[in-house]
Amino acid sequence: MHPVIKTVLGRLAMGVLTLFAVSLIIFSSMELLPGDFGQAILGQAALPETVAAFRRELGLDQPAIVRYWQWVTAVLQGDLGTSFSGRNASGVDRSREVVDLVLPRLRNTLFLASIAALIAVPLSLLLGVTTALYRNTFYDRSVNMATLTTISFPEFFVAYLLILFFASLYPIFPSLANVDSDTLFGERLYRAALPALTLTLVIVAHMMRMTRAAIINLLASPYIQMARLSGASSAEVILKHALPNAWAPIATVIAFNLAYLVVGVVVVEVVFVYPGIGQLMVDAVAMRDIPVVQGCALIFAVTYILLNLLADIIGIITNPRLLHPR
Amino acid sequence: MRDKFIEIQKAKLLHGQIGRRQFVMSVLAAGVALPAALGFADKANAAMPKSGGLFRMGIAHGSTTDTLDSGTSENHFTLINGYTFGNHLTEVGSDGQLTGELAESYESADAQKWVFNLRQGVEFHNGKTMTSEDVVASFNHHMGEDSTSAAKGLLTAVTSVEADGKNRVIFNLASPNADFPFIVSDYHISIRPAGDMTSGVGTGGYVLQSFEPGVKSVLKRNPNYWKEGKAHFDEVELLSIIDPTARQTALMNGDIDSMDRVDLKTINLFKRNPNINIMEATGTAHYTFPMRLSVAPFDNYDLRMALKHSIKRQELVDKVLLGYGAVGNDHPISTANAFHNSDMPQREFDADKAAFHYKKSGHSGAIPLSASDAAFSGAVDAAQLIANSASEAGIEIEVIREPRDGYWSNVWNNDAKGWCACYWGGRPTEDWMFSAAYTNDTKWNDTAWVGTDSSKKFNALVIEARAELDTTKRRELYYECQNLVSDDGGSIIPLFNSYVSANSKAIAHNEIAANWDSDGAKCVERWWFA
Repeated sequence: MHPVIKTVLGRLAMGVLTLFAVSLIIFSSMELLPGDFGQAILGQAALPETVAAFRRELGLDQPAIVRYWQWVTAVLQGDLGTSFSGRNASGVDRSREVVDLVLPRLRNTLFLASIAALIAVPLSLLLGVTTALYRNTFYDRSVNMATLTTISFPEFFVAYLLILFFASLYPIFPSLANVDSDTLFGERLYRAALPALTLTLVIVAHMMRMTRAAIINLLASPYIQMARLSGASSAEVILKHALPNAWAPIATVIAFNLAYLVVGVVVVEVVFVYPGIGQLMVDAVAMRDIPVVQGCALIFAVTYILLNLLADIIGIITNPRLLHPR
Repeated sequence: MRDKFIEIQKAKLLHGQIGRRQFVMSVLAAGVALPAALGFADKANAAMPKSGGLFRMGIAHGSTTDTLDSGTSENHFTLINGYTFGNHLTEVGSDGQLTGELAESYESADAQKWVFNLRQGVEFHNGKTMTSEDVVASFNHHMGEDSTSAAKGLLTAVTSVEADGKNRVIFNLASPNADFPFIVSDYHISIRPAGDMTSGVGTGGYVLQSFEPGVKSVLKRNPNYWKEGKAHFDEVELLSIIDPTARQTALMNGDIDSMDRVDLKTINLFKRNPNINIMEATGTAHYTFPMRLSVAPFDNYDLRMALKHSIKRQELVDKVLLGYGAVGNDHPISTANAFHNSDMPQREFDADKAAFHYKKSGHSGAIPLSASDAAFSGAVDAAQLIANSASEAGIEIEVIREPRDGYWSNVWNNDAKGWCACYWGGRPTEDWMFSAAYTNDTKWNDTAWVGTDSSKKFNALVIEARAELDTTKRRELYYECQNLVSDDGGSIIPLFNSYVSANSKAIAHNEIAANWDSDGAKCVERWWFA
């Protein structure tokens, strides 16, 4: 079997196991949290009878293991279940499918993540390669300093600074990124500008530093010295000889940052009022809306698994030794 | 003669028969000086609501679990949203007085059987005409064993709701309640078409266009709205903006026209902005520190008295609320309520009295006080300040910082914790407030104040006042109730917090209501663009 296919299959099998473990961990940690959906939604107004009515309606009066089993069997049939909120004993059931709840939010998050990635990935590769090329020059030092500065600030601080400069003092972009499904692409891009810029500033340093380090690491290898001795220019050495061997670690770091863009941007979502999936999951955890939490957790886990798989495949493809093993 | 002419011209201006310029010219001709004439015109224009515009409001609440079912409405977003597309049987006006809303009138001879005469010809947004059948169904939604409504506790005294013809509904109560018409104005008890309690179809001034829980709600003016002189905006966008900095920036940048809950920490900088009006309303909301009489040492009257005297109330108002609030007198009735006891002397910090009662109680050792910012923002700071001032009287208080999660189920109203921080949104009537948290039949009696002689007397007085239709007698009874709660009760109530919100200067409104934040949560139908 071809090594790429073998890796993909092996990883996918592991991925399924990981998903199972994740769902188990999430479910049991939700069980450990104090309170349940009825108490969370009624807050101070919770009466024991009302909470009991909620539990009956949601099936929360059954043992945890039964509920988990019901959930797992439903998911295996492709049904993520319905959210706890909106269910009602009297009147019409207005609860929403987890899928309907998650998909629009996921689409928004993926949109923001793609914009940020489209700016950040080429930018950090460019900066990484050029700083490796001109290392220890003034250019190298200033790029390093700038990117390390932006990564060192907390996200919300970067976000507030951008709002201050680009929304308040020089009102170029809006400070509210409240898009909805009817927002047109251009408008969406305009509204998402500041959050995307924030995310870019936060992730560029990591990817750029990793690219630079991976290349510099290789520059000490004998084969690079050989290339130099044969008369290749330093740009040639880096682009033709060093970079191909550096793709694997760079791809891993990029995958890690892309996954972060999907699962870890709740702070940016809150500051810019962007309706993404992070906010959805935080709300769901606070309200103990277990089906939604599980749904989000699965999506996040799948994101990590797929992106890491992709990074590994890139690592194999770009490395002839792994692509054609003896 | 001249005054009469000016009045007529003003009326013409108000009704759009003449323009501003024409008005100024005509009153100038009548001998009024120019600045005065301009002033007349502006005043007349400001008081005269104008239609039109898109009103965008940033609200500090909103969660993805929000629904359109008024029974589970619990945060300010769902409150405003509900009052915008729906109506109730009665309404609390800007002056705090109750008026009929979907009920044209209501009457009762004995305060036990209440008859509500419905307004005729009111249509739901789906075109159906509202009848008694819908009102009965709307109330049944909150009653019965399987109801998950938060208003269930409010309506336990209702034994039956019956339709009497198409336009009349009769409520029978288990015991007399003179305030029942107030209760039906509660935001939970929205009138919806029978068979559809949860889709957001109401009779309100705005028709719901789209609702995305935790994000926003979009509404359009209801062209058939029955209420005259209300609902002036053409379109409305309610946005959930939880982060206070984002909310304030959005208002300053003109991305929204109005916001609730100004962050008090930055209010002094915020109000420098020339395009913003800050509004403050002292309502019925208050912060409390309930001590449970079911747990030692709080069963001791002298210990409770010692703690009540060891609090620097004004300091709490100044430091926790930054001045946006009023001191409390250990009872939950605010100056916004009709029968606030203004004769009672204000309880102040008094180290001698505190030490005297403390010594008499015979208690020794640290007294634990549980607090979390889940109770109210600044609760932990307030607890520290209390511990600090109590130490001046020789009383040691140990502040325990509790986790936010599960605070309401594990800490508050729980015998495991004898003393904790809490907040109450307040209630529009005395009886409602007392029966929410102080009488012996409510499960939210968070002080477990049931066994003492004073509490027994208090419970009898509350029942007596509830059935009393004579205002003077009710006043006396409620004054006495406040004395009893303040002296013997388990709750320390040092603060009434103000609602502080902000508008762009483009928004105009009349006097604002104090029963809830945002003009009684009815800002959307009451305000307009100047």
